[in-house]
Amino acid sequence: MNSLATLSVRNLQTSLLQKKGLLSLVRGIDFEVMPGETLALVGESGSGKSLTALSIMRLLARNAQWQCQGEVLFKDNQGLEHNLLTLPEKTMRTLRGHRIAMIFQEPMTCLNPVITIGQQISESVILHLGLDQSSANASALRALEQVEIPAAQQRFHEYPHQLSGGMRQRVMIAMAMICKPQLLIADEPTTALDVTIQAQILNLMARLQKDTGMSMLFITHNLGVVAHHAQRVAVMYAGQIVEQGSVADVFAHTQHPYTKGLLACLPGRARQLSRQTGQRVALLDIPGQAPSMAITPTGCSFAPRCHSCFEKCLQSLPEWRGLPAHTSLCHLEAHS
Amino acid sequence: MTTPSSGASNMLNVQALSVEFGKGEKRVRAVANVSLSIQAGQTVGLVGESGSGKSTLGRAVINLIPIKQGLVQFKGQSIQGLSVSDMRPLRRQMQMIFQDPSLNPRQRVGDMLNEVLETHGLHKGVLRTPRIHELFQLVGLNPEHASRFPHEFSGGQKQRLGIARALAAEPQFIVADEPLSALDMSIQAQIVNLLIELKSSLGLTILFISHDLDVVEYVCDHVVVMYLGHVMETAPTDVLFSKPLHPYTKALLAAAPIPDPGQPAPQVVLHGEPPSPMSPPSGCVFRTRCLHATEECSLQTPALTQMGAHHSVACIRLSEI
Repeated sequence: MNSLATLSVRNLQTSLLQKKGLLSLVRGIDFEVMPGETLALVGESGSGKSLTALSIMRLLARNAQWQCQGEVLFKDNQGLEHNLLTLPEKTMRTLRGHRIAMIFQEPMTCLNPVITIGQQISESVILHLGLDQSSANASALRALEQVEIPAAQQRFHEYPHQLSGGMRQRVMIAMAMICKPQLLIADEPTTALDVTIQAQILNLMARLQKDTGMSMLFITHNLGVVAHHAQRVAVMYAGQIVEQGSVADVFAHTQHPYTKGLLACLPGRARQLSRQTGQRVALLDIPGQAPSMAITPTGCSFAPRCHSCFEKCLQSLPEWRGLPAHTSLCHLEAHS
Repeated sequence: MTTPSSGASNMLNVQALSVEFGKGEKRVRAVANVSLSIQAGQTVGLVGESGSGKSTLGRAVINLIPIKQGLVQFKGQSIQGLSVSDMRPLRRQMQMIFQDPSLNPRQRVGDMLNEVLETHGLHKGVLRTPRIHELFQLVGLNPEHASRFPHEFSGGQKQRLGIARALAAEPQFIVADEPLSALDMSIQAQIVNLLIELKSSLGLTILFISHDLDVVEYVCDHVVVMYLGHVMETAPTDVLFSKPLHPYTKALLAAAPIPDPGQPAPQVVLHGEPPSPMSPPSGCVFRTRCLHATEECSLQTPALTQMGAHHSVACIRLSEI
């Protein structure tokens, strides 16, 4: 069971305990993130991608009762493997923000509005690396420079509200990167940003990843970002991963009807195909909407919206098919 | 779209429009000297980053916010300074679709449509209920759900309700302000297809405001690119996307990732962030981020120059770059 992966998630199941019973939201997912690699976790809202990240980080909201099953194995820089789900909270705290860092979609809600950004960044090195305040400040300042914040010296003493959205996300990245984590979990880090700022932030993240060799779990709904910033991709639907493989493979030889549907409903993709073929390509939407998570389907969870659905899809759960390098959860044997 | 001041077939004619907020030092010129016209049946896209003034322009042309300077004509009639009662018959013809449809949580959705019909005195008496059902069907919703409350609908369905509410007034012109931004990919495609279908079946004219270039290219006939309240470039969609001329348009297009790993990766052409609209740069507002800016750019505000059929660009260095 000793793999090379920085992070291996095995049969992770996250459920919400309710009065009526268990609401199963992440329904047994498996994936690995190799050192230096970016795995993109793609899906629509409610598919369970953020919940997966929060389960890994053990940051699920404390005002609800959760149940996490399975294994989340993380290998630290000494090669020791930890199962994050069973670690004592104290040990988890030494890893979180140090060996495993996370950035979120809306930095404004994650930054403390009444503490200067310099102080917030230095807090992490004081806690995890035991630096004193002055050397922590110096390293926080270096971190700000590293994320290309202009006039870092001055920004150091500013509060989050004085920064633009793009700057705040840079601060979040500085904060996440300051302890040189092995794994960075990025939950929709550019969704709230303009496209020109998005390009800057993604470039910055790619550069930092190259410099430090960290692994990245990149959660997004933007397939354009996936195409250019990840090596492998896992597509989630209704709490399950339905297709997983290298980015080039998944885009060129899409297996699962849901992934095909997602690609067909992108205007940018339709445009690209129109240019190549010289004919206008219509935008195909996926009919209906994502299923309620309260119902556990007897068959494939995508079946009610699937163009290729047949009898078996409604009756039994699909199994993985294809090679381990590119697999999908579908009953269809032959795929076009 | 054509150059301003032309013909009667224009649904909307905007000339030298400026919109300002605040006073004194806090004055922000959200829209500066914008001219455009939209012909009946066209879909015109308004693109730009946040703070470019695209939503403000969209609201100003249907008289939802006051105009500081300039002229807005709807079907040849000037709309600024009209009283609420004078505006009402025009309001029926110009409707808006919002990013968040803002439905009253305590009003049944059928009653919401009824209220629109009541306000405009449409389909009275026995015709009312069939019309409400028809509107539901028009946007792909089940008429039996008319007695439901907004929270019983999903995000995509709420946007369909927002569209139904706009259509209830039987408008000719619709301003759609980021109608897809809050929706998932598969639902976005549903709404895009619905809008395209409604546009052709009802003969609508649409001003489509969006930051998503891919959607704009798919939906619109003509595109206007804005930056800090100014129009940078305006052209027919295929021209703008295949032969963009303005450095800003080029940078925007280069930054958008194409969902195909075989295509070149997005480039960072623009460094830094847009300056504050409270203190915009002198001359060309884009010059602080432009790779081709020279001293001359800071001296004069470039005017929109005609570069081809319906294609205008505001850049003084166009011949050199």
